[in-house]
Amino acid sequence: MKHCISIADMTRDEVELVLERAASFQGISDREIKKVPALRGRTILTLFYEASTRTRSSFELAATRLSADTVSFAASGSSVEKGESLKDTVLTLAAHSPDAIVVRAPWAGTPDLITQWTDAAIVNAGDGKREHPTQALLDLFTMRQQLGADLEGRSVWIVGDVAHSRVARSLIRILVLTGVHVTVCGPPTLIPHDIGALGCDVTFDMSGIADADVVYTLRLQHERMTAAGLLPSLGEYAARYQINHARLSPNQVVMHPGPVNRGVEMSGEVVDDPQAVITMQVKAGVVVRMAVLYELLAGARAGSPSTPIEMAA
Amino acid sequence: MIVRAERPTTDLFIRDVYAVDVRAGLDGPVDVLVTNGEITRIAPAGQLDIEELDGLTLVNGEGLHLFPGFFDPHVHLRIPGQGYKETIATGTASAAAGGFTGIVAMPNTNPVIDSTAVLAGALETARKEAVIGVGFTACITKGMSGSELSEMAALKDLGAVAFTDDGKPVADAQVFRMACRYQRLTDMVLMLHEEEPSLSGGGAMNEGAVSAALGISGQPNIAESTLIARDAAIAGYEGARVHVQHLSARESLDAVRTARSQGIQITCEASPHHLLLTDEACRTLDTHTKMNPPLRTETDRQALIAAVLDGTIDCIATDHAPHSRDEKALPFEQAPFGVTGLETSFAACYTELVLKHGLELSRLVELMAAGAALVGLEPPVLAEGRPADLCLVDLQRTWTVGEGGYVSKSANCAFDGMELQSKVVLTVSHGSIAHADPSLSLDSTSDPEPTNA
Repeated sequence: MKHCISIADMTRDEVELVLERAASFQGISDREIKKVPALRGRTILTLFYEASTRTRSSFELAATRLSADTVSFAASGSSVEKGESLKDTVLTLAAHSPDAIVVRAPWAGTPDLITQWTDAAIVNAGDGKREHPTQALLDLFTMRQQLGADLEGRSVWIVGDVAHSRVARSLIRILVLTGVHVTVCGPPTLIPHDIGALGCDVTFDMSGIADADVVYTLRLQHERMTAAGLLPSLGEYAARYQINHARLSPNQVVMHPGPVNRGVEMSGEVVDDPQAVITMQVKAGVVVRMAVLYELLAGARAGSPSTPIEMAA
Repeated sequence: MIVRAERPTTDLFIRDVYAVDVRAGLDGPVDVLVTNGEITRIAPAGQLDIEELDGLTLVNGEGLHLFPGFFDPHVHLRIPGQGYKETIATGTASAAAGGFTGIVAMPNTNPVIDSTAVLAGALETARKEAVIGVGFTACITKGMSGSELSEMAALKDLGAVAFTDDGKPVADAQVFRMACRYQRLTDMVLMLHEEEPSLSGGGAMNEGAVSAALGISGQPNIAESTLIARDAAIAGYEGARVHVQHLSARESLDAVRTARSQGIQITCEASPHHLLLTDEACRTLDTHTKMNPPLRTETDRQALIAAVLDGTIDCIATDHAPHSRDEKALPFEQAPFGVTGLETSFAACYTELVLKHGLELSRLVELMAAGAALVGLEPPVLAEGRPADLCLVDLQRTWTVGEGGYVSKSANCAFDGMELQSKVVLTVSHGSIAHADPSLSLDSTSDPEPTNA
């Protein structure tokens, strides 16, 4: 793996490699000294063109636990309106010879573009509405923790605003890649034309949700919905699509990428119920991102001094 | 009005070339004499006796084809105001490299061409720089704002060849209706960029499986076809003549056919990139595949090819839209719409339409210049007494697009890296050589022959 930009580019073997590595890192967070020297002396830059606290701190924590040095660049929206700015920003960062750049941007393909201007490994922390590959990896990791390593033939429902969700696009891809049956469900105005081409079933009707082993709830960016003519009201959305105890059975695993709008896409009771594994996802986020950074910088990558895994395990 | 720079002419004797021109009734080997900017003689090959060869440049046409110069009704020359993308000198040279001897420039410049003052400036520059003929369109509405009509009558008097707000639709139905009525004062066609903005909604590519996978907002086919249907109905009601630019969606073809069956005066053009590429090319997010209207699906592409074959499409137009390297070095959603296409237009259409889909070569040659008639101009004809607007093409030659760079100032060609068959080797505009491929040997008979010592 040279970069981690999209699940669409990953093979099943690469996914397994990252998840195995993540499993090997699991003990570190529970130790008194939560740190191994696997990436000591390496520099990881985070370049965020969108506000983010969770993803960014998850990456920074992952880098810190591997003893890498991290530097954050928060780009203000106005400085990147012009192409020269994006390119010049990256060229400036590249001059510091970082080993990896973690980038989030509101435009699809930004990480791919950046690879032209730097030798650093690029990690996509979300590009437009296209992909958020580390989220998909941590979600799959969490599902395996809950349901066992073999998810072949299991059923996952992804519910809510699929149209605006990069989380959904990466998740559909990784689940289809690993043999999981995926159904997306939401109001027709929030399900894109032809999303089924990714290999998922599409329904606007929640009545079949009992079939799901995992109910994955997407965040509803509700401030935009009614103004854009996408939803008549949040009340109508909640009445038909909210994940609550009336719709769930106790054995179903409930997930959410966060942050949750309690009482909108998910009821507060479900958020607080043990069947919702949202904090497990957050925890998995750190070990999966450690695994991604490790594989890119110390794994099979040519020219990089390899650090024996024993040091980390 | 078509203008060009005054350039020295070359008297040419093109021997044994295969001429194809439906309008002239030509389809066979000929010898052609060009003197003082005109075609003075055409005769079957070997039958033209030229007594005085002195002063003539000889062109051996063996193995080459001779066509009347192509005419593109849809080019962005970027002048005034955006000379960093293209100039009239580089844009017309690029056109000449594609075999064009006449083009029509779009008015979405900076400032836009919506007044006689700006049009006069553009014409002035073209009279100095244009190596082939250039006509300028002017805006339908002031500032391309879609709200107030431009001074169409005055613009026509100064030399505008048609009216268009290309790059934008005239979204307001009443404004469009008034433009149709006012058209009676100018008798010039309205060229229409058909995109219902409330449906296209800022989409950066076609709406479909690819846009769904990439999470990029898409423009649905119906954004184009519904506005064509609306405008055809309004034009029919007002008796106006309209021309649909860069038609891309299969539903749009139905709208045009329906309007025609009702007697509405409507014509349409297709662009080579829509005939050769689909939105699958956008999967890599290469900004050289971003244009408006966007690349559609294979079903649309096949429908468009069928429409070329059945005559629904009236002409080929490139929508040549140069942008600088920095402007295209942006994330897909941020990059500007548009690709260049003058240098590849014939080769792309020949490779796809003639070689793969059985379009008659003579029909392609006709379509390559048919845009002239649509804007009220006479297409070039290979006939004695006519201006020498012609091109020579090597139909056997294969080449990789971009291998030798581009004549255009910009390099944002959608076909970059693609292998095409057929190459324009000589373009003559009003008797002056506007483009000559290095492979072509032009022997001037007035030069003394090297003698053996």
